[in-house]
Amino acid sequence: MPKEPVAVVGVGQTKHVAARHDVSLAGLVREAAVAALKDAGLTWADIDAVVIGKAPDFFEGVMMPELYLADALGAVGKPMLRVHTAGSVGGSTALVAANLVAARVHRTVLTLAFEKQSESNAMWGLSLPIPFQQPLLAGAGGFFAPHVRAYMRRTGAPDTVGSLVAYKDRRNALKNPYAHIHDPGITLEKVQSAPMLWDPIRYSETCPSSDGACAMILTDRAGAGRSPHPPAWVHGGAMRSEPTLFAGKDFVSPQAGKDCAADVYRQAGISDPRREIDAVEMYVPFSWYEPMWLENLGFADEGEGWKLTEAGVTELDGDLPVNPSGGVLSTNPIGASGMIRFAEAALQVRGGAGEHQVDGARRALGHAYGGGAQFFSMWLVGAEPPTR
Amino acid sequence: MRDVAIVAFAQTDHLRRTDELSEVEMLMPVLHQVLDATGLRTSGIDFTCSGSSDYLAGRAFSFTMALDGVGAHPPISESHVEMDGAWALYEAWVKIQTGEADTALVYAYGKSSPGQVRDVLTRQLDPYYTAPLWPDSVALAALQAQALIDAGDTDESALTAIATRSRAAAADNPHAQLSGEVPAGDYLVRPLRTGDCPPIGDGAAAVILAAGDTARALCERPAWIRGIDHRIEAHGLGVRELTESPSTRLAAERAGVFERPVDTAELHAPFSSQEVVLRKALGLGDEVSVNPSGGALAANPVMAAGLIRLGEAAARIHRGESDRALAHATSGPCLQQNLVAVLEGESTHA
Repeated sequence: MPKEPVAVVGVGQTKHVAARHDVSLAGLVREAAVAALKDAGLTWADIDAVVIGKAPDFFEGVMMPELYLADALGAVGKPMLRVHTAGSVGGSTALVAANLVAARVHRTVLTLAFEKQSESNAMWGLSLPIPFQQPLLAGAGGFFAPHVRAYMRRTGAPDTVGSLVAYKDRRNALKNPYAHIHDPGITLEKVQSAPMLWDPIRYSETCPSSDGACAMILTDRAGAGRSPHPPAWVHGGAMRSEPTLFAGKDFVSPQAGKDCAADVYRQAGISDPRREIDAVEMYVPFSWYEPMWLENLGFADEGEGWKLTEAGVTELDGDLPVNPSGGVLSTNPIGASGMIRFAEAALQVRGGAGEHQVDGARRALGHAYGGGAQFFSMWLVGAEPPTR
Repeated sequence: MRDVAIVAFAQTDHLRRTDELSEVEMLMPVLHQVLDATGLRTSGIDFTCSGSSDYLAGRAFSFTMALDGVGAHPPISESHVEMDGAWALYEAWVKIQTGEADTALVYAYGKSSPGQVRDVLTRQLDPYYTAPLWPDSVALAALQAQALIDAGDTDESALTAIATRSRAAAADNPHAQLSGEVPAGDYLVRPLRTGDCPPIGDGAAAVILAAGDTARALCERPAWIRGIDHRIEAHGLGVRELTESPSTRLAAERAGVFERPVDTAELHAPFSSQEVVLRKALGLGDEVSVNPSGGALAANPVMAAGLIRLGEAAARIHRGESDRALAHATSGPCLQQNLVAVLEGESTHA
């Protein structure tokens, strides 16, 4: 029996900010969940199961927070699963929820991811000593900067490309009321003159620390038929993992990312992603990852990704808009960031992205990655139900 | 639903301390055992899922290194739950139900020895109102045990009998941490004595799942998962009736436990008093062999102990010692979240 088609009928986000002092963790997740239910025209009673994800428990200092959050998410008496796949977790969580519907185990599932970085300190959470391992003590940017440098050397990309991405994403964020960083005075010169943090990554090319949550309601064909707003249909979804460190690893373009994209395109019947996909929500925590992932995801040949960025192809009005929402660069509640990419892709094909809507978007890719660029999760959503 | 079976199971010897081993080193032997038992290699596994906890490991992203032990190049389709490995098995079962996978490797591990697990588990509690008081897991279980005694559901000697039976059963389990004669011991937190409480230790487990004819080809007598379900209850102990486990009851109904009698039940009851609650919720009579492995009172590697219940139940079916077994896993304080599965040998599948 073929899989049940899966539809996204509700999307909810909190306003993402540096510190949500007005809500508890429970209040934060409930705000996103209630917004998603409202969008779907459903109530708590319509939800069969809850799938929740977030990045490390150390970021808020709550071990297995799904236990404490069960009440706030209406999960009492229901199945509740907790996913944790590092930075890719928001995407992985959505895929686990989608599988519950696709397998016909449940008909309507609430999936949610969150991070409340203000209740702890992510850098501290990542800096606990690890037995048997050499400490890196360089932060996330310190880990990724050498790989950006390797990309520049390999492709000959001029050192101006990273700032173009940051300038674009921060301008896009101004059109997204939920985005964390709203800087109406943004200019390219401001981005370019920001202090260097981890050469070649400037402060202006890094993601913020955000509090926020994102929720989606996934349902089957019958559920989609009752949806008050157009659903987004899942045409393909996949996860791929590879080890953190091994001799053959290509940190610039990891094989796991290539394989994951290829699997999603195969499921969705996409042969030319550059032409057939209308919008991309890509996990870009440091600006240079846009050109790098353009190649990794098959939108550009090797060495050519930066040329798309430089030519304006990835601008909101370009022919392959990347991160119309402003992306991770403008909003980073870590555990939720992947799900926001998946949800924003869904909003695009539902025509519900507001001011940052890509005109006529019919197919959109949501992308997330995590760990040392070792965990990948992606989905492709469309305005029409899948035919295969 | 597709027919899916547990076709291989392996666990470490569970030990009070494993200072000389990293988590990956602890895990590697059990991964090799289940692969060798089936003849599969990583390239022949369609989906991999694991369960563990960063808080036990004392650091963020602790599971990322465990992946190295799996051999993930070329890249694999893989996921992780920050839960007991029983829920990783559930995620893998769902993946096989979608038709996207025919085989799955599931593993779980936990080392309690580097920290104070009683203190660590307090960090699971409501972070604003409860966790700051540091109520530890034994104290919370003692509240539940006292509520059971007050309700007339058990008494201290009945609890001791559960502990005695479990550890006697563990004498036949070479992996168990505690086995044989144990005295009831002193009170740890009244009314629970040391004998009513689980040992603290380190361990890992791995399982291979397979669908339909693949399962038959990999295992002489597959342990078919006839039903599996899990449910969660409210977090606050003040809003729960601690002598009951409605989530276990509901999960068992959904898993089809009550359709026919089971002959074996592997219950994840780290405290003797919790077996009383679970037996009642599951309607288990004296004719059912409960925890023939010794259960969590004999070895309780946190995050793996639930997966081990599924593995132990499956292994009894593999060996022909059971035809229809129930396996249970729990998470959270005082049995907050519970998973129930029904496993059967081929002969009873009409």
